[in-house]
Amino acid sequence: MSWIDIGALGDVPVRGARLVKTHAGCIALFRTTETEIFATSNTCAHKGGPLSEGIVHDRKVTCPLHNWVWSLETGEAQGADQGRIATYPVRIEDGRILIDGDAIDRRSAA
Amino acid sequence: MERLVVIGAGMASGRLLEHLFEAAPGRFEVTLFNAEPRGNYNRIMLSPVLSGEKSYAEIVTHDDDWYAAHGVTCRFGERVQHIDRDRKVVTGATGDVPYDRLVIATGSDPFIIPCPGHDLDGVISYRDLDDTNRMIDQPPGTRAVVIGGGLLGLEAAAGLRLRGMEVTVLHLSGHLMDRQLDPAAGYLLRADLERRGISVMTQASTSRIRGEGRVEAVELEDGTILPADLVVMAVGIRPSVKLAQASGLTVGRAIEVDAQMRTSDPNVFAVGECVEFAGQLFGLVAPLYDQAKVLAATLLDEPAAFTPKQLSTKLKVTGCDLFSAGDFSDGQGREDIVFRDPARGIYKRLVVADDRLVGAVMYGDTADGNWFFGLIRDETDIAEMRETLIFGPAYQGGSVQDPLAAVAALPADAEICGCNGVCKGRIIEAIEGGATDLGAVRGATKASASCGTCTGLVEQVLAATLGDAFTITAAQPVCGCTDLSHEDVRRLIKSRELKSQPAVWQELGWRTPNGCHVCRPAVNFYLLADWPLEYHDDPQSRFVNERKHANIQKDGTFSVVPRMWGGITSASELRAIADAAEKYDVPTVKVTGGQRIDLLGVKGEDLPAIWADLNAAGLVSGHAYSKGLRTVKTCVGTDHCRFGTQDSTGLGIRLEKRLWGSWTPHKVKLAVSGCPRNCAEATCKDVGIVCVDSGYEIGVGGAAGMDVREVERLAKVATEDETVEWTVAFVQLYREHAKYLDRPYKWLAKVGLDWVIDTLSDPATRSALVERFDLSQTIYQTDPWAQHTARETARSFAPIADLTLEAAE
Repeated sequence: MSWIDIGALGDVPVRGARLVKTHAGCIALFRTTETEIFATSNTCAHKGGPLSEGIVHDRKVTCPLHNWVWSLETGEAQGADQGRIATYPVRIEDGRILIDGDAIDRRSAA
Repeated sequence: MERLVVIGAGMASGRLLEHLFEAAPGRFEVTLFNAEPRGNYNRIMLSPVLSGEKSYAEIVTHDDDWYAAHGVTCRFGERVQHIDRDRKVVTGATGDVPYDRLVIATGSDPFIIPCPGHDLDGVISYRDLDDTNRMIDQPPGTRAVVIGGGLLGLEAAAGLRLRGMEVTVLHLSGHLMDRQLDPAAGYLLRADLERRGISVMTQASTSRIRGEGRVEAVELEDGTILPADLVVMAVGIRPSVKLAQASGLTVGRAIEVDAQMRTSDPNVFAVGECVEFAGQLFGLVAPLYDQAKVLAATLLDEPAAFTPKQLSTKLKVTGCDLFSAGDFSDGQGREDIVFRDPARGIYKRLVVADDRLVGAVMYGDTADGNWFFGLIRDETDIAEMRETLIFGPAYQGGSVQDPLAAVAALPADAEICGCNGVCKGRIIEAIEGGATDLGAVRGATKASASCGTCTGLVEQVLAATLGDAFTITAAQPVCGCTDLSHEDVRRLIKSRELKSQPAVWQELGWRTPNGCHVCRPAVNFYLLADWPLEYHDDPQSRFVNERKHANIQKDGTFSVVPRMWGGITSASELRAIADAAEKYDVPTVKVTGGQRIDLLGVKGEDLPAIWADLNAAGLVSGHAYSKGLRTVKTCVGTDHCRFGTQDSTGLGIRLEKRLWGSWTPHKVKLAVSGCPRNCAEATCKDVGIVCVDSGYEIGVGGAAGMDVREVERLAKVATEDETVEWTVAFVQLYREHAKYLDRPYKWLAKVGLDWVIDTLSDPATRSALVERFDLSQTIYQTDPWAQHTARETARSFAPIADLTLEAAE
């Protein structure tokens, strides 16, 4: 794994999200609690809604376009809906957010 | 005898010496240095000393006799200046001491925020007995500010309060003890502390400490000034590693040791808070004791290895019962189990992964804490007991969460029916007096007999009082997080004075840690509508449009609509709109049905810039995206029209200027027509005013969407002033009573127009509603565009990082 520093933890509001542009497309960075971060594809698998604009609750996000709910941990659609979005390894170190650059590269090569 | 020098007499080295003398008496000749002018004492018991519950003498772990009995040479109050590892000599202020083996146990130093004024007299840390005594020496009535709402800060705050001081705790993040607790438990802790008279300010960032020589006040980033005679900094600790660093030992974040507690020099060891092992630091006492045991074995040439274990935390503030253990940081495949008992102020949350318990937070009832901790530590498979796990070891047959708990928890004087001022106690009296159904309770008390929105709560009081003898007609709950209906939640927010989202989640027994996309926006609205001064709007609980102040389009771009008061614009405004449309490549420019211009297809990251340009031309947000006032549509009225009876344009502008910026349960559209020909289509608006020769006809509850409805007459008044007063009062009544996402016509169908007319016909009620509306407007009538073009918030509209650029370089 090659960890890339993408910003300060404080730049993402609690129960909020920010966007990361990559060659593999836009990745949404979600902060679910003071000390917990997840990264998934920003694109809803339903109609392409921007997930970073959704409401973050528990370890889930609701797409702002049609209220599909996605698990930030597994990328699985919740409830009756079926589908999956990509998830990416992220971690927090000394107040900085690190994302796995290899995982992004694998996506863009694929 | 082997010469052992120990630097630092803290909890870890004290335990180490005990192990050594017990296992091999007479084997070591020990010299013990301590910068503090005293020997080992139980540092974690300083809080009870501060609060007066214990004395210093009671927390001394090793006294002079003990050191003498074991032949320890004590060099207390003496700082070690230098370690010469080649000669194996430690240099103190009063001379050298040679060693065969050396133990560094220098512990940690308090972290002092380097803000201006941090060195003033009266600014102290909370680390040792001297700090504690300085706090104890303050006279009662001292105004103390504690910076840091973690374990240490809160223990200091509670102790100072018990000594009769006025205490304010400042905490940087959104809830207290954010490393150990989640917001719900943090809320309960805060409520407990506030009950003891401690003020708590969260999201409070200290910018400077003011004073001439001595501290006088603490100033926050937002400009708040808190007068203070004493400032206690308890924001964290840093391993004390200077001495180790200067002697050339390997130091990362702290002194690096192996599993035998050996540093990079085979004859030098380290133990305690100054140690880094496998990338970890240690601050709680349990792992320090483990380290001491391992180091004792190593020094006795016995095999032993240190392995970090799961930790649990308790707060040593008498009466604040909290427990936190295990890991809440990111991980895959986790699930929460939440239990809340609002009546008893209990909150429990378990985090489960792969059929193992990985974390637990508890507040109010921590009796099962150690049992849960054991499950975490031993990685017990909990698949079999998962369903009942949260009830603890005593369960088996325990009750499920009671949907009536929130109502059962209400005190007798809590108001259930706002219209008729009926409290819970009165309803229970009526039930006990024989009123055993809804109709009888209504007859006896008038509760729920007016607008009817509290019907669900009255039924719950009946059910809670009568038990199985009463069956509730199931009301539609807000969402899966609760069994309560919107109306119940609104009423309970008022009667229980719930002023934050964690308060609602806890006191009303939410089943999820922090709600969902359905309940969060609703609860956020109810709180800001009921407590405009106390509650702070939460952007993370708003639908994207209200967070970004623009309408999201199906391709993820946004639309931008400037306000045109009453549909009136000017050449310079139109020019500014045209310029913005060109500059930001706006693909579609459309005239809306609300008499203004929509710029469609603006990129999210361009929003702050286009707003700044439009702001510069005097244009503000049209709130075309909000559950709030949209537009006031007008005709030209007496200014130009030969049929106009009143100044409909002027009245429309006046209403729009009064109402803009206010949040409402759903969108609100107004119109003012200058004569019954009704060119402004006022009769299908939420509030529609039709001007006639004799005055103004105010209609409400119109709609022209999925449902099409004509307004019904609310009132007919003679003057413009009265029209504005009735309109504002109506909007405020709607704001205070309606279910989130009910347009006025839906709300009117539930409460009845007659009730609304009755309520608003009382001049005192009307003016009180207007007053409450205007108070809310002092907070919320601000242009969001101007707020968000400031550089700091504008940044949040852009990506946090752009890795496509990095890779190209």
